[in-house]
Amino acid sequence: MDDWRPAASLENLRRRAALIARIRLFFAARGVLEVETPLLAAAAVTDLHLASFELDAGGERRYLQTSPEFAMKRLLAAGSGPIYQLGKAFRDGEVGRLHNPEFTLLEWYRPGFDHHALMDEVDAFLGEILGLPPAERIPYGELFERHLGIDPHRAGAAELRRCVRRRDLDVEGLAEERDPWLDVLLSHVLEPRLGRGRPTFVYDYPASQAALARLRDGDPPVAERFEVYVEGIELANGYHELVDAAEQRRRFAADLARRRERGLPAVAMDERLLAALDHGLPPCAGVALGVDRLALLATGGDALADVVAFPFDRA
Amino acid sequence: MATYSTNQFRSGLKVMLDGDPCSIIENQFVKPGKGQAFNRVKLRNLLTGRVLDKTFKSGETIEAADVVETSMQYLYHDGSRWHFMVPDTYEQYEVDENVMGEAAKWIKEEDVCDVTLWNGQAISVTPPNFVTLEVTETDPGLKGDTSSGGSKPATLETGAVVRVPLFISVGEVIKVDTRTGEYVSRA
Repeated sequence: MDDWRPAASLENLRRRAALIARIRLFFAARGVLEVETPLLAAAAVTDLHLASFELDAGGERRYLQTSPEFAMKRLLAAGSGPIYQLGKAFRDGEVGRLHNPEFTLLEWYRPGFDHHALMDEVDAFLGEILGLPPAERIPYGELFERHLGIDPHRAGAAELRRCVRRRDLDVEGLAEERDPWLDVLLSHVLEPRLGRGRPTFVYDYPASQAALARLRDGDPPVAERFEVYVEGIELANGYHELVDAAEQRRRFAADLARRRERGLPAVAMDERLLAALDHGLPPCAGVALGVDRLALLATGGDALADVVAFPFDRA
Repeated sequence: MATYSTNQFRSGLKVMLDGDPCSIIENQFVKPGKGQAFNRVKLRNLLTGRVLDKTFKSGETIEAADVVETSMQYLYHDGSRWHFMVPDTYEQYEVDENVMGEAAKWIKEEDVCDVTLWNGQAISVTPPNFVTLEVTETDPGLKGDTSSGGSKPATLETGAVVRVPLFISVGEVIKVDTRTGEYVSRA
């Protein structure tokens, strides 16, 4: 048995620690407050593609948080001003070269920012922390037009499926819905090309992929959301945050209905978040960034195991 | 019927795909942060040897293939089929020429091979990595020429033809790597 040993080298663990120290300096210099919120909360994310670990805490159902988003928004609504958090997040079923079911997430919120202002700050962050040159920015629609010659906001599922087939991708088990086919194209075809030499920010997502971002009316309407890619790796996901309590409740309910349809576990809707939105969340933008991946990029490794002391199979 | 979920995928797992047994070579979990998760899988079709790429929606299940690899001793060739036996149980299996493939040209009676069975039928035979065989035919080498890099073809007792150094002569026994088909040394 040799798996008591760390998967990452001690040298990489030292570099990781230095990276985290630099992250704290970055936010201290900008007057962003470090906060800590519960990992073991009474409510969970409703997102169909995120699975929370559920457990019994003294007879009460609790969920390990997939991100600290809900609790941080409660702080914002309480008037915290700009905040960041460095901590663990948990996602069941996500194991792979770039996934570990428990991972370190950096999440921060900026009252008064929209997604473009926050992209500016993420760009400055990557320049300072990883020494990367300024990012390129491309709307989601233009990205698909440029590389695949399709309009991802309007193409139907059949057209998207044909586009996948043309690329000799053989995909099993997808329904006639647009989003999963868009996800295939993004993750299999586009992602490997993004962030080469400089970060790529993809922004203004299809309205159907808004998650917790606000929608902007237009033709087509888009979600004010962005993703950050560095050297083919998805590093961060940000939103111009939805602040409308009624709309948030509708999205939670719609997610829960779809969870029921698909036989996914029902989760408790976060009533405290909704109450905070009712009270008033200041207009803001927020972003969540994978710190293990950041460390991987900083050390030039190949898999998270290169920068995580004890990944899932040794935990 | 046994099935595997995508989260059980790992290399070496045997699964059914479009009616054929396949072995997973590589499994990669990919997931856009807020989107559908997939398993990108590289598989080898165990009947044709072809390697294919396939993407599964994570959480899908796939039928397991009843594939087992067993060490068997080669007994004899009856003119059309190769006969093998499991040493422990004396169970015997017949193997067709198309299943034998390349293995046919390397093995002698009593050699132990890895035979892959699918639903109890042999679908592939892997010979030992190294075999020792007698040279039955080769041009006489030049006397004294033992070190020049030259080589010549030699026919072995099983009918296989390999390149051997010039100093090898008929009647000698040599060691061959069956994975590359190359001469290794005098046995």
